[in-house]
Amino acid sequence: MMEKMIFGRYVPADSVIHRMDPRSKLILIFLFVCIVFLANNLLTYGFLTVYTFFMIALSKVPFRFIYTGLKPVLLLVIFTLFLHLFLTKEGEVIFQFGWLTIYEEGLRQGVFISLRFFLLILMTSILTLTTTPIEITDGLESLLAPLNKIKFPVHELALMMSISLRFIPTLMQETDKIMKAQTARGVDFASGPIKDRVKAIIPLLIPLFVSSFKRAEELAVAMEARGYRGGEGRTKYRQLSWGLKDTGMLALLAALTLVLFLLRT
Amino acid sequence: MKEPLVELKNVSFKYDTEAGFALRNVSFTIFMGEWLAIVGHNGSGKSTLAKLLNGLHFPLEGNITVGGIQLAEATVWETRKKIGMVFQNPDNQFVGTTVQDDVAFGLENHGIERNDMVQRVSQSLEKVKMAQFLDQEPHHLSGGQKQRVAIAGVIALRPDIIILDESTSMLDPRGREEVLETVRELKQDYNMTVISITHDLEEAAKADRILVMNKGQLYREGTPEEIFQMDDELVKLGLDIPFPVKLSKMLREKGLPLSRHYLSEEELVEELWTSHSKM
Repeated sequence: MMEKMIFGRYVPADSVIHRMDPRSKLILIFLFVCIVFLANNLLTYGFLTVYTFFMIALSKVPFRFIYTGLKPVLLLVIFTLFLHLFLTKEGEVIFQFGWLTIYEEGLRQGVFISLRFFLLILMTSILTLTTTPIEITDGLESLLAPLNKIKFPVHELALMMSISLRFIPTLMQETDKIMKAQTARGVDFASGPIKDRVKAIIPLLIPLFVSSFKRAEELAVAMEARGYRGGEGRTKYRQLSWGLKDTGMLALLAALTLVLFLLRT
Repeated sequence: MKEPLVELKNVSFKYDTEAGFALRNVSFTIFMGEWLAIVGHNGSGKSTLAKLLNGLHFPLEGNITVGGIQLAEATVWETRKKIGMVFQNPDNQFVGTTVQDDVAFGLENHGIERNDMVQRVSQSLEKVKMAQFLDQEPHHLSGGQKQRVAIAGVIALRPDIIILDESTSMLDPRGREEVLETVRELKQDYNMTVISITHDLEEAAKADRILVMNKGQLYREGTPEEIFQMDDELVKLGLDIPFPVKLSKMLREKGLPLSRHYLSEEELVEELWTSHSKM
């Protein structure tokens, strides 16, 4: 189940967005997060929304995948909406019922801010839905490469990320195995008061930790035996290629930014 | 003639954490193109030996030469290119997120150019018959398949020697046979030297030569036939004699005129069903 949560996010499809260089996708998302804050009126928010849905359409990801990703945060978006709706007391009163008063400014702010939130989540979902975790890692390693100059361990960080990704399913399987073994010995994971359930996690965590450390040690020996000695002089098997579509997508975003600058009030 | 490839001279070794010597005054030679099995029960020093050969540890006393070069800090990377190791746990040596990434890991480490790398990855996977799993993730593979990927990772570097450090001990019989069959084929095709470290005498029976380790010392050295003559002595060392050897010994005790120890079931069956007609 957990595996689905982390890996099931990626939806394989053949689309422009899928084929984009992970670096350009990362840059795109980063810039998008910044320019979302430029929007401040109906027109600019309209443009942002159109752009976002255009990207979703391009990615060819079925909407129900995006929806399942959204579900847990949707509540937060609605909560934000109501918070602004009830607590902002500016502008004209547009609705009054008993103690409940809704002001114009509250409605405006509530809608805009929750829309902003909503669009951000949609865009980042597109990134994770169309890019495998290992591509994201490769993209990050490449983008952060300049930081090597200030002795920031970029290669090590990327290797750590990719090894973690590789071992998540392995450790999931192991957790499952230990859980079954401990259940067979009488540990009850599923019932009882919270205090007991938290306690029941201890006989699960300790063996898991012990075996993970053992794994780490063996892995280190195996890596060394295979000639690993840090990032220096290493070549890369995975290659990223920046294409016309990447430049095109960034140009489109630049155009959007320009529009936002011109139309904002 | 037999050409020496690896030579150990009076090698002793001790882990800092333990008081006793893990290896004591061990000397032997490994010849080019042979299949050498090193057997011994747990703690006999056989795995330590493997780590010394690959420069993961250095001997306290004595020295090791691989292909004429003495093993030391300065030469260790050169040596590691010549010696590939396959470890016991299939999961804990799988570094890449997919099969092809894992095979490429060793090549990346040695700074092989990408075009060459792509070619070697597909070639090596072809050799171990895992080519159709190029993009598979490790948790979808069986233990035997993972070990074959590990072997592909080793042969991609074109080593002279491949060390199997208990590589089949965590596999089911089918996986074990797959892996050993793969190594046998590779040995033939590339004229590689194979050092298999194991406590499975059944596996060792198929080697050209066996070294028996006990308590950090070289106990005996010989062909499988010679080693299995030791019978009870092997049992005392904590090793289990292969079934055909045991059976032929018992049959002889019952008075059957068997001429020698039979190392494989086929040999024994052949002898048994033809023995009557000879009389």
